[in-house]
Amino acid sequence: MELTNLAPIVLALPLLMFMIIGLFGYKMTPKFSGILGTTAFSIVTIVCYYIALTYFFGSGRLADGSMAKEVIFNFEWLRFSENLVISIGFLLDPISAMMLIVISTVSLMVHVYSMGYMHGEEGFQRYYAVLSLFSFAMLGLVVATNIFQMYIFWELVGVSSFLLISFYYTKPSAVKAAKKAFIVTRFADMFFLMGILILSFYTQTFDFGPLTEVTNNHVAIVSETMGGVTFCGLSVISIAVFLIFLGGAGKSAMFPFHIWLPDAMEGPTPASALIHAATMVVAGVYLVARLFPIYFFEAHDVLTIIAYIGAFTSLFAAVIACTQTDIKRVLAFSTISQIAYMMVALGVSGYEGNEGLGFTASMWHLFTHAMFKATLFLAAGCVIHAVHSNEMDAMGNLRKHLKITHIAFLIACLAIAGIPIFSGFFSKDEILVAAHEASPVIYWCQTLVAGLTAFYMFRLYYRIFWYNEPDYGHHTPHESPANMWIPLMVLTVYTCTSGFFPFTEYISPDLMGFESHIHWNIAIPSVIVALIGIGIATFMYKKKTEYPDKVVACIKNTYHYAYNKFYIDEIYLFITHKIIYKCICDPIAWFDRHIIDGFMNLLSWITNKTSLEIKSFQSGNVQQYAWVFILGVLSIVALTIYL
Amino acid sequence: MNILSLFVIIPLIMMAIIFCIDGEKKSMIRMVMSIGGFALLATSAYLTVEYLAAREAGDMAEFLFTDSILWYETFNIHYAVGVDGVSVAMLLLSSIVVITGVFVSYSIEEQTKEYFLWFLLLSIGVYGFFISLDLFTMFLFYEVALIPMYLLIGLWGSGKKEYSAMKLTLMLMGGSAFLMVGIFGIYYLSVPKGGSLTFNIQEIAANVTTLTEQGADNSWQYIFFPLTFVGFGVLGAMFPFHTWSPDGHASAPTAVSMLHAGVLMKLGGYGCFRVAMYLMPDAANDLAWIFIVLTGISVVYGAYSACVQTDLKYINAYSSVSHCGLVLFALLMMNKTAMTGAILQMVSHGLMTALFFALIGMIYGRTHTRDIREMGGLMKVMPVLCVCYVIAGLASLGLPGLSGFVAEMTIFVGAFEHEDMFHRVFVILGCTSIVITAVYILRVVGKILFGPIQDEHHAALTDAIWYEKIAIFTLIFAIAAIGMAPLWLSNMIAGGIENIVKLF
Repeated sequence: MELTNLAPIVLALPLLMFMIIGLFGYKMTPKFSGILGTTAFSIVTIVCYYIALTYFFGSGRLADGSMAKEVIFNFEWLRFSENLVISIGFLLDPISAMMLIVISTVSLMVHVYSMGYMHGEEGFQRYYAVLSLFSFAMLGLVVATNIFQMYIFWELVGVSSFLLISFYYTKPSAVKAAKKAFIVTRFADMFFLMGILILSFYTQTFDFGPLTEVTNNHVAIVSETMGGVTFCGLSVISIAVFLIFLGGAGKSAMFPFHIWLPDAMEGPTPASALIHAATMVVAGVYLVARLFPIYFFEAHDVLTIIAYIGAFTSLFAAVIACTQTDIKRVLAFSTISQIAYMMVALGVSGYEGNEGLGFTASMWHLFTHAMFKATLFLAAGCVIHAVHSNEMDAMGNLRKHLKITHIAFLIACLAIAGIPIFSGFFSKDEILVAAHEASPVIYWCQTLVAGLTAFYMFRLYYRIFWYNEPDYGHHTPHESPANMWIPLMVLTVYTCTSGFFPFTEYISPDLMGFESHIHWNIAIPSVIVALIGIGIATFMYKKKTEYPDKVVACIKNTYHYAYNKFYIDEIYLFITHKIIYKCICDPIAWFDRHIIDGFMNLLSWITNKTSLEIKSFQSGNVQQYAWVFILGVLSIVALTIYL
Repeated sequence: MNILSLFVIIPLIMMAIIFCIDGEKKSMIRMVMSIGGFALLATSAYLTVEYLAAREAGDMAEFLFTDSILWYETFNIHYAVGVDGVSVAMLLLSSIVVITGVFVSYSIEEQTKEYFLWFLLLSIGVYGFFISLDLFTMFLFYEVALIPMYLLIGLWGSGKKEYSAMKLTLMLMGGSAFLMVGIFGIYYLSVPKGGSLTFNIQEIAANVTTLTEQGADNSWQYIFFPLTFVGFGVLGAMFPFHTWSPDGHASAPTAVSMLHAGVLMKLGGYGCFRVAMYLMPDAANDLAWIFIVLTGISVVYGAYSACVQTDLKYINAYSSVSHCGLVLFALLMMNKTAMTGAILQMVSHGLMTALFFALIGMIYGRTHTRDIREMGGLMKVMPVLCVCYVIAGLASLGLPGLSGFVAEMTIFVGAFEHEDMFHRVFVILGCTSIVITAVYILRVVGKILFGPIQDEHHAALTDAIWYEKIAIFTLIFAIAAIGMAPLWLSNMIAGGIENIVKLF
């Protein structure tokens, strides 16, 4: 089959499903809408796999050994001016092909899993409609041929995330979380938009083709039009791409925009697995990767900043993750930390040949993380399904009751901790190698994070599956139905195997690919650190002990800060409520009602008063008229005499 | 007969028919209104198709379907009509809002006949304004559109309706006083040596160009440009002349709010562009900065004010101040992209505010309150209305796939073409409004639609009925259609803008 005929299906079918289920879902039985959505999406998945596999193992490899960048279709959607055109198209290159696989796999698994997990929920059809909308938007985002197409789908994934977080819309906390997620990301998107405006103003194009074309170590179109232009002493290129990065930081929950992600866990767990763990939240990483040549050649200072922001965020989130008690929140902070890992990798990456390891590692980690984190979330979903709570205190000793979930969760934990043969080990190793070459500070920071990751993941694991069994009452937890554990198993298989795929040969910033092998000098320390983390977790949480409380007592203040997420949410609340609402909105509203409107009312009052006053002139009293008449005549006479 | 005259004749015929119907036969009156409304919609759809076909066929005239009938020789006043891409878009918008307004007005039970008569007079004014090419006729239709507002709000409104109606009318009349001075100024001063006085817009524009070429004194422009711009700006809710809007909308009956915010406020934007900027390009160029400051303030000020309001209609009125501010703001950027964006924003804002006011009216009709603190969890009770409200909100905050996004992005990209610091600052200020918009939209959605049911009396309310569904679905369809396939509309509008942009 020709790709030109197949590619439109990838976008059209999910959109069609959104419309059909969205408009007519209320007439369908829940089961039918679920099966409809899932069937349609399996077709999309097959097409995505077909496109990606023919690309990687066939048409994609050009004669000179590099990977092709093909625009499969591209049609004009809106024309701003002669040069600036928004097109909707389909770009196939190594990273978009890889993303097609990630998104279609995880989304299909979530479609299947949700049939079991969401069974009997009110609004089942709505859930599937939004899931289709999200899949459409996410697929459109990764295949974007120009930055404005990306922005369009960027907003659409944002709104589907809003709709899924607020799925339980009668719950005030869910509504709050959804609002927060939308507004925080929207705030970041504003910077993204400004970045696009600046970039497109100078380069006069939105198209990724020219924007990422490298000649002689320069992105010609950018350096020619913007090179040397400064604003307040800063290069305009750096400003523009930094603003674009801020957009990515919002979606990818980088510090200080991370606050929405933990709260977003109010949504249904499978939706969290898809949106807030595997796909949407990595959009920021994908954005930076997409524009990587500009960052690398034209704004290297920004790339360095990205690396440090990433390093800080990963450490920050990992520390918080160690203290949380809601299992989904632990996973959320772990997601923030892992995405920051990917950002670090991009930040420390070089461009050509082996140097591009960071970029490759970032994309590789994106892939493996999507698989193991989706596994973790779906497994957590099974746990929540079984015990009807998110809190660790309501769990314990579940390995007896949920055997399959237990295995899946354990494998995913080993993968995220970076234990050899599981996928996370390979991608994390590459990231650490890249970091090691770039900066020792970042390297040690990331190694520390690796240890913390192992610790908090196994803390989670032991608290759920070992520990002391709480009183489950007459409601003994039981394993989930097949439509839930089969997707879990599929993802576990990906978790185990995706480390063995030779990513470096296919994905690299210069599209040439390179050979790589495991660097044991880096791998061994990181594995040891991870094992130490696991060991401590085993020691503290395998059974109920008093050690955790003792540790907490030792570092009381630090623990308190970390448990309260370093009060970042409170700072935001202070800014929004106390400053924006109380000091800007309220005075403006008051000013409007009392000063401006008051002035208008004053005008009418003056008119009224004046007319009341001068009304008495018309009294009907002849003597008065005569007086005025005589006075008038006299004054005119006086005037004529004296002037 | 000229097709454009149908826009005035159809409502006139409808008025005549309704005038003859007994006031008690309400269903018959509604029937006439619906048929007439559809006829208007069909006419504008046909006009759009014809217009695009004519352009496709290579007709490059500035205005198409022109016609001119002399009706007052002494002052050379004509009934001159003609349309370009911008007016076609406006006519289409008006027709959509009028027909949906008719359906929303089905629930009017008191003095139905009189209500619809005034409603029709209002639409005649609106349509006449958009098709006119003669300043005097244009002004005449403008006044025709304003007067019925007083009665519609004063008689069929709610709350402190007399106060609001009076305030609205007086402020708009104040605006038209400025306008009249401006128009006469243009009329008398735009004549080159040896030319004859004219009200025809095209001729005036040609005269002004000749004057500039002759190097004649153009200081008159600097007096009359601000007058006309402010005159129309009052209707376009420009800061600080916007305060009629919150009170007026809050008191007006639903369909009147729709028509007012949806179409009548667009008269302001359209007038600024067609009269003030088109006829006085020199002054527009030099004085734009003053109004950029004022409209820039409108954009942000309206948005911040909307954040703390508690009455649904007030929220929307302030949001309109913000969005209409963006229209004038973009017009003043005076380049093709931004001005196209301004007209797109007029269409988009017209549709979505009409939708908003329709929905607010329907919710108010059921809950008898517009205070957001007294409502909650309505989504469970009336899912159709609430889903539509969410869609309207998303359109308002500029979600891609709905019309608001297309308009806003065109404006921002166009406005960013100016390289100087002054413009940059205001454009960035304008960009921030997209976040504040999200804040006040989601505040309402989160408060009244989501969450637990606040008032148990609300639990038994009914969802939308058939005529309400027709109205809101039509509007949503139009919003989504423009949002998904904007190219034809934006090209059509850009075609009309080109003639004006080349003057600056």
